[in-house]
Amino acid sequence: MLNTFDILETIRMIQDECLDIRTITMGISLLDCIDPDIDKACAKVYNKITTKAARLVEVGEQIEKEYGIPIVNKRISVTPIAMLAAACPDADPVQFALTLQKAADTCRVNFLGGYSALVHKGFSAGDLALIKSIPQALSLTNNVCSSVNIGSTRSGINMDAAALMGQIILESAKITADRQCIGPAKLVVFCNAVEDNPFMAGAFHGVGEPDCEIHVGVSGPGVVRSAVEKYPDASIDEIADVIKKTAFKITRMGQLVGARASRMLDVPFGIVDLSLAPTPAVGDSVAHILEGMGLEQCGTHGTTAALALLNDAVKKGGVMASSNVGGLSGAFIPVSEDQGMIDAAVAGTLCLEKLEAMTAVCSVGLDMIVVPGDITAETLSAIIADEAAIGMVNNKTTAVRLIPAVGLQEGEMLEFGGLLGSGPVMPINRKSPAKFIARGGRIPAPMHSIKN
Amino acid sequence: MRAVITVIGKDTVGILHKVSGICAGHNVNVIEVTQSVLQDMFAMIMLVDISGIKGDFSALSDEMTALGKNEGLAIHCMHEDIFNSMHRI
Repeated sequence: MLNTFDILETIRMIQDECLDIRTITMGISLLDCIDPDIDKACAKVYNKITTKAARLVEVGEQIEKEYGIPIVNKRISVTPIAMLAAACPDADPVQFALTLQKAADTCRVNFLGGYSALVHKGFSAGDLALIKSIPQALSLTNNVCSSVNIGSTRSGINMDAAALMGQIILESAKITADRQCIGPAKLVVFCNAVEDNPFMAGAFHGVGEPDCEIHVGVSGPGVVRSAVEKYPDASIDEIADVIKKTAFKITRMGQLVGARASRMLDVPFGIVDLSLAPTPAVGDSVAHILEGMGLEQCGTHGTTAALALLNDAVKKGGVMASSNVGGLSGAFIPVSEDQGMIDAAVAGTLCLEKLEAMTAVCSVGLDMIVVPGDITAETLSAIIADEAAIGMVNNKTTAVRLIPAVGLQEGEMLEFGGLLGSGPVMPINRKSPAKFIARGGRIPAPMHSIKN
Repeated sequence: MRAVITVIGKDTVGILHKVSGICAGHNVNVIEVTQSVLQDMFAMIMLVDISGIKGDFSALSDEMTALGKNEGLAIHCMHEDIFNSMHRI
């Protein structure tokens, strides 16, 4: 029997603590759309996406009403486009990006991810052409997201790709300088990318996935913060327990919504990504959870330990709530999308080096960080390499989504609006890594990659 | 199939009547009601049977939200599954 306390708790979580389903993401394989004629390939891509995802938004809206829970985004992820581009070597891959945008518009989804290439060991046909077309593709589309995997624990780090991605990020910022440098906000550079990630901008549909499936990404930093704040004097073990219980409840809701969407769309249920994804809304901040644990401001000493505890407890609580856990699963720390992180960065408490340390214990990496517009491509590449090294050695996914703010200096703010928020331009180390980056080649995989 | 309707807001004459009126209009049977009035705040939780619902659930939900807007009340209609999955193992 339902009890009043439980009912009111759920309603409070949704109304006051910003609990929501961040996204239902439909993963669609485009492997059957490969064609040497790019026009034919694009037509197949458009038809497949708009057929499979025709009812995605409608079903999402129906579930929102049925359960009274907001589903903030409906998204699509597709097979890395580099695989399709490989079949048409003479064509411009941007045509695929435009097709994806058209399909996203038809399906009315918020984002479509998969303008991607996986080059962690080297470039195959199509990869280089696709990567070089990324700035153009992101400039000409609004909802298409791009990602490139440049390293993995098994294969090491492709330093040629890291060097190239520094240039691509910079170029992408420059050609979208008139639009808050929005280009690189839709571009993620990964190490150990996952194939079933429902979150943008890094979502793509891996080749090991089924033809079509539904993933769910939950979000509830506000709920966790409010639960933690109820125990101001509890020990750390008790805090871990509180977070686990809260994460369980949040994830159960994700499981319910995912299962329902999968039934309604007649598509297999992929995974629930148990993530704490912040938004710029008041009370929906991961930094505030850490501060709720007793740090004066996020970024001070103790932040990495608090984040490690949070990330682990979220997984432990969530893993029992869903039979199919996947994606990135953990706490996200995007700076511009999190009011607590923004405040800490503006105050100077949170710096790039601390964020880098935090990425060793959270679910992703350096995310939505605004850097000075005069940053060099080599410095960007070096930041990418550092972050990939953390991912490679620690057997975890790391990502880099940096936005060079063209024309802005340290301390100024870059405003995106919406879910992307706004970010202060953060100071970077100005000493040059250019020689190291220019060497190229591959960082060998670590010893523990040899597991068999 | 059951759903939970919660109504929270300032107490006025006829809230229960209006909410249950909408339920009847959609062929939704009220199974259980708990309500309390604390000073002038009205809080009601209603468990309803939606197996025989006419039309779809979102129409009921929309009508309740509209009523809430007119009367200055917070009205939520939610399928009971969400509470069961969140609070039961």
